[in-house]
Amino acid sequence: MNFIYDLHRTMVSQKLILVFEGDFTQESTKSILSMAERNLDSSGEESSIKRKVFNVMVEALQNIVKHSSEQGTKAGSLVSQSAIFMISKDDNRYCVMTGNPIPKASVASLTKNLDQLNSLDKEGLKEMYKNIIKNTQISEKGGAGLGFVDMARKSGERLEFMFPEMDADHAFFCLKVNIPREKE
Amino acid sequence: MEILNLEGTEDTPKIILDKKNGIFEISGRSLPEDSAEFYRPVLEWIEAYSAEPNPSTDFTLKLEYFNTASSKLILDVLSALEDIKGMKIVWYFHEDDEDMEEAGEEFSELVEIPFEFKTY
Repeated sequence: MNFIYDLHRTMVSQKLILVFEGDFTQESTKSILSMAERNLDSSGEESSIKRKVFNVMVEALQNIVKHSSEQGTKAGSLVSQSAIFMISKDDNRYCVMTGNPIPKASVASLTKNLDQLNSLDKEGLKEMYKNIIKNTQISEKGGAGLGFVDMARKSGERLEFMFPEMDADHAFFCLKVNIPREKE
Repeated sequence: MEILNLEGTEDTPKIILDKKNGIFEISGRSLPEDSAEFYRPVLEWIEAYSAEPNPSTDFTLKLEYFNTASSKLILDVLSALEDIKGMKIVWYFHEDDEDMEEAGEEFSELVEIPFEFKTY
């Protein structure tokens, strides 16, 4: 049972205030949001920071709900619908982090999208947001294609990401969105 | 015209569309699982209203939070209101919520409707 202590130590050393692992639905999203909100409220966090964190959490969670369902559960395989969601907090920032399985075929286009977002400044992101919202249709999965752009805008920092390999067909999409606690 | 009256929940906004009493308001939080489905009755109501609107309409948007899928539908709502004569959007934002103020400004740049900005 060492893993209990190990996991605890990891959470403390990484300053994690909330971790959820499992299947993500709109219902679990609402529960996670209300837990995180209570935590932010009780810590007396400034409301503008709280709103940004909430905003990034919603987009990150709904991304998982919409996209992790692409994965079928394969018995005996690492690949399942399950994903992970975490928030950490230190003196300088909150980090909203997610991990979910994606088909390897999606890695190249995701990398291209995220690199493009990271190359844009505040004005560039605003223009991109307006272009997408004007021209997009809501997809069958219910997304507007605006989630990453919105997270990048609320964060004001680069979106960090990597794609560790799971098996021949799948990678684990890890995303980290920083929300600075100091005002600009 | 029938009144559209939806109670707000933790992930959907409160909506009142009442032609007779001149109340047109969407307020609260909007992060429904299926934003297109949620806003469909709103868009249908506006379509019916646009056939016989009041001489002037102040349409209030007082949102505490909306997700990106809702933002697309809010733009669809604004676009549906665009051709109604005497239309004005009253965009409320919390006085220290710069992001919500900016969101209102962005919407106002995307449609040809006068916006009035108010804080609460």
